[in-house]
Amino acid sequence: MSARQILNKIGLAVCVFLIVSPAIFFFLWMLSLSVKYEIDNASYPPVFIPDRFAWQNYIDVLTSNRFATYFFNTLIVTGTATFAALLVGVPAGYGIARMQAHRSAVVILIARITPGLSYLIPLFLLFQWLGLLGTLVPQIIIHLVVTVPIVIWIMIGYFETTPMELEEAAVIDGATRWQVFRHVALPIAKPGIAVAFILAVIFSWNNFVFGIVLAGRETRTLPVAVYNMISFDQLSWGPLAAAALIVTLPVLLLTVFAQRQIVAGLTAGAVKGG
Amino acid sequence: MTTTAHDRIDANAGGAAPADELRPVSYWPFVLPALIVVLAVIVFPWVFTIWMSLHEWKVGAPTTFVGLANYWRMPRDPRFVEAVWHTLVYTALSVVLPLVFGTLAAVVFHQKFPLRGVLRGIFIMPMMATPVAIALIWTMMFHPQLGVLNYLLSLFGLPPSLWVFDPGTVIPSLVLVETWQWTPLVMLIVLGGLAALPTEPYESAMIDGASFWQMFRYITLPLILPFIFIAGMIRLIDALKSFDIIFAITQGGPGSASETVNLYLYSVAFVYYDIGYGSAIALVFFVLIVMLAAVMLYFRQRFHWAEAGGGA
Repeated sequence: MSARQILNKIGLAVCVFLIVSPAIFFFLWMLSLSVKYEIDNASYPPVFIPDRFAWQNYIDVLTSNRFATYFFNTLIVTGTATFAALLVGVPAGYGIARMQAHRSAVVILIARITPGLSYLIPLFLLFQWLGLLGTLVPQIIIHLVVTVPIVIWIMIGYFETTPMELEEAAVIDGATRWQVFRHVALPIAKPGIAVAFILAVIFSWNNFVFGIVLAGRETRTLPVAVYNMISFDQLSWGPLAAAALIVTLPVLLLTVFAQRQIVAGLTAGAVKGG
Repeated sequence: MTTTAHDRIDANAGGAAPADELRPVSYWPFVLPALIVVLAVIVFPWVFTIWMSLHEWKVGAPTTFVGLANYWRMPRDPRFVEAVWHTLVYTALSVVLPLVFGTLAAVVFHQKFPLRGVLRGIFIMPMMATPVAIALIWTMMFHPQLGVLNYLLSLFGLPPSLWVFDPGTVIPSLVLVETWQWTPLVMLIVLGGLAALPTEPYESAMIDGASFWQMFRYITLPLILPFIFIAGMIRLIDALKSFDIIFAITQGGPGSASETVNLYLYSVAFVYYDIGYGSAIALVFFVLIVMLAAVMLYFRQRFHWAEAGGGA
């Protein structure tokens, strides 16, 4: 190996380090904040690895009386909104792809570019009139604004790439449109459905703006609950950081283990304008 | 009448289908449930918003029709005008910086090196993580006395900053978070573009003795420009409607120094409950974003790069 090649390798290593370090540093610091006692979090210069680990921060968060409620709220809202979106979105993506009705996808695009806040004003009034505020129903419905467009968008793209020959053969054999979808198209589309599922779960789980308006004391999701913790300034940093890490941990794990699907989904959606 | 119109559109669409015997009209049952959902949660809110924006509509008070009065209020509302300026500054910075860093990161991730997959996974974590959770940690890092960022500055011999606690530095500080968060998306899109590049131009350039930077400047950059452009348009839309990070870190403060249109909209609608005016702002904001998206669609159709990024 020549000196020049070694130099190139070192240069590349430095570049990689510079690019990845902000993310690595941030999440390590997040972890550090969450396992430190107040005295370590308030010391200057900052302590990175404390002498004593404050695992108690995590226990405090997990055993606080409302954490379980907020966790199940998030699970119900995200789960229902994602499941409903797959139920209506996968067939819709199939139909739009087979009809080649690309213009109908503009509606999906509009949903993608609209600020979430603008759906809140009319739907908030509607839920108020219907007397639904105080239940999880408004949040489940409004999360469809997030999940349905993602699912339809990704499924259109996926069904456009699946081969037509098998479906045509099934039609010739006398299968109905529905049977073709159910037994031919759907099994092939499983990887696409996985991508749509993962992205819908992540974006619904992370959603914050709908919750701050629609959630009451009993119906908060985890992101809203964490935000409400910030308002209490007397709370120490350790438990706050622990709560933040707990809320985002499922998403971070998904990012690591389903990286391929996430990257495929995001770039497909992105390059197509969503 | 409507049925015939539909049939005609479907017939046109079907003409391009690979198999003509698959009558396109039979696919409507597949789309119908989604159509109902979309009408209920996307189209209905917009129609209702237009209706509300034409009224003096406050929660707990009778509503009266006021025509376009809510729209005329906007240019004379100093807080709105100020919010527009904040939005423009915030958006401009939040488009340009992620584009620059994202493109550089894509060039690096296009090289082969050990642990590339793992490091790419870590690199995209900021954009997948729950925004409120990362906003909380950034708020702690921005703390002027105890925050780690001022400590890092001191390591490089730089004076401490007040970050988000000073009206003069709050927007750049928030842009720092936004850039950290969304550079990965630009990187992924540009990386998709790099993966689709032909190898021939590089081979001939190598023979001609071109340097790495010459090849990047004269071959790579022009070829990936469409991808950078698309990434830029997506960034533009997302930066304009950015909410979570700003709301969770500053709530538009200190004072109203970081109040963007989206945050002002939140205050008008859900703090002052001025539903009519809020609806008007929502509509104007929406039209602005749609116009930008239309430009994006136009360019997307002009260049055909639809498949290129999908396999990344």
